[in-house]
Amino acid sequence: MHAEEKMTNETWPASPEKATLEAKNKFLGFWFFLGGETVLFASLFATYLALKDKVPTGDHYLAKDLFEMPLVFLMTMLLLTSSLTSVYAMYHMKNFAFKKMQLWLGITVLLGLTFLGLEIYEFNHYVHEYNHTFTSSAFGSAFYTLVGFHGAHVAFGLLWIISLMIRNAKRGLSLYNAPKFYVASLYWHFIDVVWVFIFTVVYLMGMVG
Amino acid sequence: MSTYAQKKGVGAVIWDYLTTVDHKKIAILYLIAGGFFFILGGLEAMVIRIQLAIPDNNFVSAGFYNEVLTMHGTTMIFLAAMPLLFAFMNAIVPLQIGARDVAFPFLNSLGFWLFFFGGVFLNLSWFLGGAPDAGWTSYASLSLASEGHGIDFYALGLQISGAGTLIAGINFLVTIINMRAPGMTYMRMPLFTWTTFVASALILFAFPALTVGLFFMMFDRLFGSNFFDHTMGGNTVIWEHLFWIFGHPEVYILVLPAFGIFSDIISTFSRKRLFGYSSMVFATVLIGFLGFMVWAHHMFTTGLGPIANAIFAVATMAIAVPTGIKIFNWLFTMWGGSIKFTTPMMYAVAFVPSFVAGGVTGVMLAVAAADYQYHDTYFVVAHFHYVIIGGVVLSLLAGTHYYWPKMFGTMLDEFLGKITFWLFLIGFHLTFFIQHFLGLMGMPRRIFTFLPNQGLEIGNLVSTIGAFFMAVAVIVLLWNIVITSVKNVKVGNDPWGDGRTLEWAISSPPPFYNFKQLPLVRGLDAYWIEKMEGKKEMTPAEPLGDIHMPNSSFIPFMISLGLFIAAFGAMYRVDYAWGLPVLVVGMAITLLSMLVRSIKDDHGFHIHKEDLIDDKDKGGKA
Amino acid sequence: MANQQPTTGNPKVDIEYRRKKNAEEMRYQVVTFTLMIFLTLIAFAAVGFGDLSKWFTVPFILLLAVVQVIFQLYYFMHMSHKGHEAPALFLYSGALVGFVTVLAFVTIVWW
Repeated sequence: MHAEEKMTNETWPASPEKATLEAKNKFLGFWFFLGGETVLFASLFATYLALKDKVPTGDHYLAKDLFEMPLVFLMTMLLLTSSLTSVYAMYHMKNFAFKKMQLWLGITVLLGLTFLGLEIYEFNHYVHEYNHTFTSSAFGSAFYTLVGFHGAHVAFGLLWIISLMIRNAKRGLSLYNAPKFYVASLYWHFIDVVWVFIFTVVYLMGMVG
Repeated sequence: MSTYAQKKGVGAVIWDYLTTVDHKKIAILYLIAGGFFFILGGLEAMVIRIQLAIPDNNFVSAGFYNEVLTMHGTTMIFLAAMPLLFAFMNAIVPLQIGARDVAFPFLNSLGFWLFFFGGVFLNLSWFLGGAPDAGWTSYASLSLASEGHGIDFYALGLQISGAGTLIAGINFLVTIINMRAPGMTYMRMPLFTWTTFVASALILFAFPALTVGLFFMMFDRLFGSNFFDHTMGGNTVIWEHLFWIFGHPEVYILVLPAFGIFSDIISTFSRKRLFGYSSMVFATVLIGFLGFMVWAHHMFTTGLGPIANAIFAVATMAIAVPTGIKIFNWLFTMWGGSIKFTTPMMYAVAFVPSFVAGGVTGVMLAVAAADYQYHDTYFVVAHFHYVIIGGVVLSLLAGTHYYWPKMFGTMLDEFLGKITFWLFLIGFHLTFFIQHFLGLMGMPRRIFTFLPNQGLEIGNLVSTIGAFFMAVAVIVLLWNIVITSVKNVKVGNDPWGDGRTLEWAISSPPPFYNFKQLPLVRGLDAYWIEKMEGKKEMTPAEPLGDIHMPNSSFIPFMISLGLFIAAFGAMYRVDYAWGLPVLVVGMAITLLSMLVRSIKDDHGFHIHKEDLIDDKDKGGKA
Repeated sequence: MANQQPTTGNPKVDIEYRRKKNAEEMRYQVVTFTLMIFLTLIAFAAVGFGDLSKWFTVPFILLLAVVQVIFQLYYFMHMSHKGHEAPALFLYSGALVGFVTVLAFVTIVWW
């Protein structure tokens, strides 16, 4: 099958994300990249755990003073839901329903943007209310680096999905762009995987003390 | 779009190399750039040895010595050894598995340009206020106190080139999994392909730790964070752990492909199937696995406690087992073979005992209690030079002679090659063997001079003389390359006459599409099997058809250039107001180039069947 | 959970079969999602309302996170489908290296 072929309902394959050699390569290469990302985030988590609550003087706020459950809960729900909506998008991609795929991707992007907005609010809140900054302590550096790396991944994922949606808005699905959409959705799920550990290890464990 | 060799102008050739996505041309780029940095690192080594030739020497100042020492290690590991191995991987691995190209030609090019710009950035530090001076390990307690921008050059330069290495690693993994010719099962892959595969997996899992460590270093020095500053709650040991979680697998990233090159050379010139092929594969994978479990043996004296030290000591010693399996397999491959002592084979024969010596001192150092004596002495310097030179550099020199005809279509002179070999081997042992004893006598590493009448004069002088032998050897090699290129006597498919693997089944250098028809692989040493049945070429696995090829692209250069510019901005942001805009502009160049890549369709092009038939006399057959 | 459907030679039948298959899988995905939300609620409740010892809560919520991530990987990211052997191998290898790193940083990084 060639990537440039004009596809129809009848010719659309069962696994469009792996129908060409280029697609197979992209699929595998991206999974391997996620394997490397696992180590990257593990190193950040490890450093956070080593530096958690490590502050120079007693007047700094610690994890259990900072984190508030309602905000984290809301952010978690947003990101988990966005994972489901991107599954819906891939479902429609497999069914060759381009419009529906775009719609679900659009919802995913909106949820992601809201998440990012809340994260910015949260950081701003810590900096201004608690004087907990990137430079105020080792704890601050480790916290903002770990959560910020995740936030940067969210931002990059949003830019990626938005440019794919705009680029292909007029021409619909093909075997050339189907793997691109698929890989972007894998990236989005991985961001969610990292967040599951962030809300557990950073926020919930932080509140436990 | 075809590149049938027309005479091209210099500008066209340069443009061709700037935009190429052909793995064979990228291999040449890696060879040139890696070779350049190898010579640079070698010159730095000469400065070190001249300074230490006699006691109380003042050839260079203490501060400059620290810079030279740091840049020697950093350059040799990151900018010479790895890129030179990538050169051979790129040139040979796709041919060995019977592929027309790598899985990601575009990313392959991006990987090279990231490495190149990272390396250039790091070395520009010489002209911009001083090079990094905290050793190649750049321990945080030392490097945070280093003045000027040297350490920033280190952190940013390695960050950029490290990203390139990670990309190259993923590319080789997918290439080897997805692009193998029909019949090329995993257990029929040549050892160089196998070791490339395992080394690439190690790159994938080791480099992210370095990335994180370098980010922390950069944040601490340039953005006011406190990861390593204990007065703010930070912890300097975090850097040590992250560095060695990367750094120890890095040793295997270097040495496994070296093992692969030697395995292929030894079986070729013993004219025998590699002894214990499956145990070789098993040992390679096992070394790769254990390589991640031993990093803390670099930190025995940090004070991890007796339990941690014991665990890491035992794990380290365990690596001697798979390595021993390999040593015996090489010996048994040679045993009873009809050995031809070509230049590559001589390197291989010399490699076995040299590397064993490095391995034995490695087991000595693994004894945590004894390590308290050896730590930070010349004994350690001798050990890792036996491993890196005795293993990796010998394999690079062997590979240069062995694969030169496949890469350039002409043979390096054998006589000059043997002169290089003897000079280099003698020089190497002269330089480093005696350093074991200097270390045991208590000479610490990383010192810029020593006092007279402490029994260290003779040893250091001998060591320096040895270094000059190695320098002359490299000059002879360069001379060999020059006269060979001038003579340019073309050779056929299998210039050594004993080629066993697929790369020797096609012309030297291969046509840009490698295989006109993909070959059918019928067993280990695929080409040898066909030769033994009296055939001159591989049986094709497919009818002649159109070949799909990727388009050249300038975007990888631009993505890398953007990061190069951004790195200057990040660094000078703390001194000058223009830093921040430069950082933003650089990142914008990179991100926009990525966007262009994403939205511009790139379907590649096809070489038509009819053009391939005309191409018969070029030898591009399967 | 195979994604290799048999072909009947009749494209219309194939499409309908595949659509049905996809719809069925999508229903599983929604079930998975419900479970994930449920696990998240338990984790937040254990910390927020449960008056439990720290030595119980921390391992418990970590376990919930791991289970949830396995759901995410195997269903949302389709790792349960055929052709994911190499991705699984490399993801688990990465997870192993990551685990050893975290283990080291909570045990032998002193000060």
